[in-house]
Amino acid sequence: MCLAIPMKLIEMTGEGTGRVDAGGVKTDVVLTMVPQAQLGDFLIIHAGFGIEVLDTQEAQIRLDLFRELAEATRSLEDA
Amino acid sequence: MNPEYEPLTARALAGEIKDLCASVTQTVRFMEVCGTHTMAIHSAGLKSFFPENLKLVSGPGCPVCVTEKRFIDHAILLARHYDACLITFGDLVRVPGTFGSLATLRAEGGRVRVVYSPIQAVEIALEEAPRPAVLLGVGFETTVPTVAATLMSALRKNVDNLFVLSAFKTIHPPLRILAAKEDLHGFLLPGHVSAIIGSDCYSYLPADFGKPGVVAGFEPLDILLAIRDLIRLTVEGFPQIVNDYTRVVRANGNPAARGVTEEVLEPSDASWRGLGVIPGSGLTLKGPYYRFDAAAHLPVEVPQAEDDPRCKCAAILTGSLTPDKCGLFGRGCTPEDPVGPCMVSSEGTCAAYYKYGAA
Repeated sequence: MCLAIPMKLIEMTGEGTGRVDAGGVKTDVVLTMVPQAQLGDFLIIHAGFGIEVLDTQEAQIRLDLFRELAEATRSLEDA
Repeated sequence: MNPEYEPLTARALAGEIKDLCASVTQTVRFMEVCGTHTMAIHSAGLKSFFPENLKLVSGPGCPVCVTEKRFIDHAILLARHYDACLITFGDLVRVPGTFGSLATLRAEGGRVRVVYSPIQAVEIALEEAPRPAVLLGVGFETTVPTVAATLMSALRKNVDNLFVLSAFKTIHPPLRILAAKEDLHGFLLPGHVSAIIGSDCYSYLPADFGKPGVVAGFEPLDILLAIRDLIRLTVEGFPQIVNDYTRVVRANGNPAARGVTEEVLEPSDASWRGLGVIPGSGLTLKGPYYRFDAAAHLPVEVPQAEDDPRCKCAAILTGSLTPDKCGLFGRGCTPEDPVGPCMVSSEGTCAAYYKYGAA
């Protein structure tokens, strides 16, 4: 029930509301809990509300970590 | 990420988990507190990666599962006595109460409106006026502010036929009870609850109970990473709280969302399926929002409800039993014809075991 997915903020539609998109699926959401949200941000959407802004720098750190692990595994498995 | 990296990363993490587990002789049992994690773990088949001495058990973080049967009875009585329209998330519709479920009520001509977002409740109440519209308030810290924000909107618009039947829960009180269990060695902490309450607030797990906790995301690799860190903290004997979902969870959570909750609700005692009444683990409407309290303003007599004694949901919710050990599982209780809420909810442990198997 605490399911939430990242969606991109593509439009501000009113005071504290906006439109988000994930892979072509668009929906209107309430932004009052993420007052810092800017157009182009990825928001974590739960039950029609933005509950947090995705930190892209942290997301990149995770991807870098996973890439390092993958490359190390590949070189081990190839050896 | 390059798609071919995913299985390689999974194998790397699984290898580390296996090596770390090999360095301990006893069985290590971790609890995934959140139902969305339960589903993610089973749907990705992650348990097949784990060595024999690593066990993951499901916890009480499935709001539908921990909601008592009596709550369903209460909602149905409101519909019958006041001709109320019930507004609910879809998960709750098929949960059996003493005299049927919300689906039964609807089949008998009752009004049950399923919503994706609580904010829809304001429009529905206006459409249904003067009939009372009762939003079934089920959920944890993630969902609570969305309902609270809805009530702030309803107050501004002076909507006087909208009510909330509150069965909201907060995660710390049951987590403290579970942390005291000797057979649980660490906790996979809920990602989206933590987005609201932050990762710092779990410091009592290592401080008071000497147990580690790791905040995890919901991708299979997120979960493997978090399990690796949990087992590492356990093996090293250095319990602490680690946040592995930093792209979403801040140390202090989301103060704006908590502010909305605190404006509308205050802590109260709550009754949990499987855990009984836990002081301070629920939330009640306060101040000007008390006018939306369905239990206070639409009085009905709700008898005590007896759970089917054969149903083991209570033991399953506290990690004492796995669903395959319940006599009803897959025979008397299936997703099509459920007995207990753990088989109904899309994130219930029994539903996960039924759909994806025990491993």
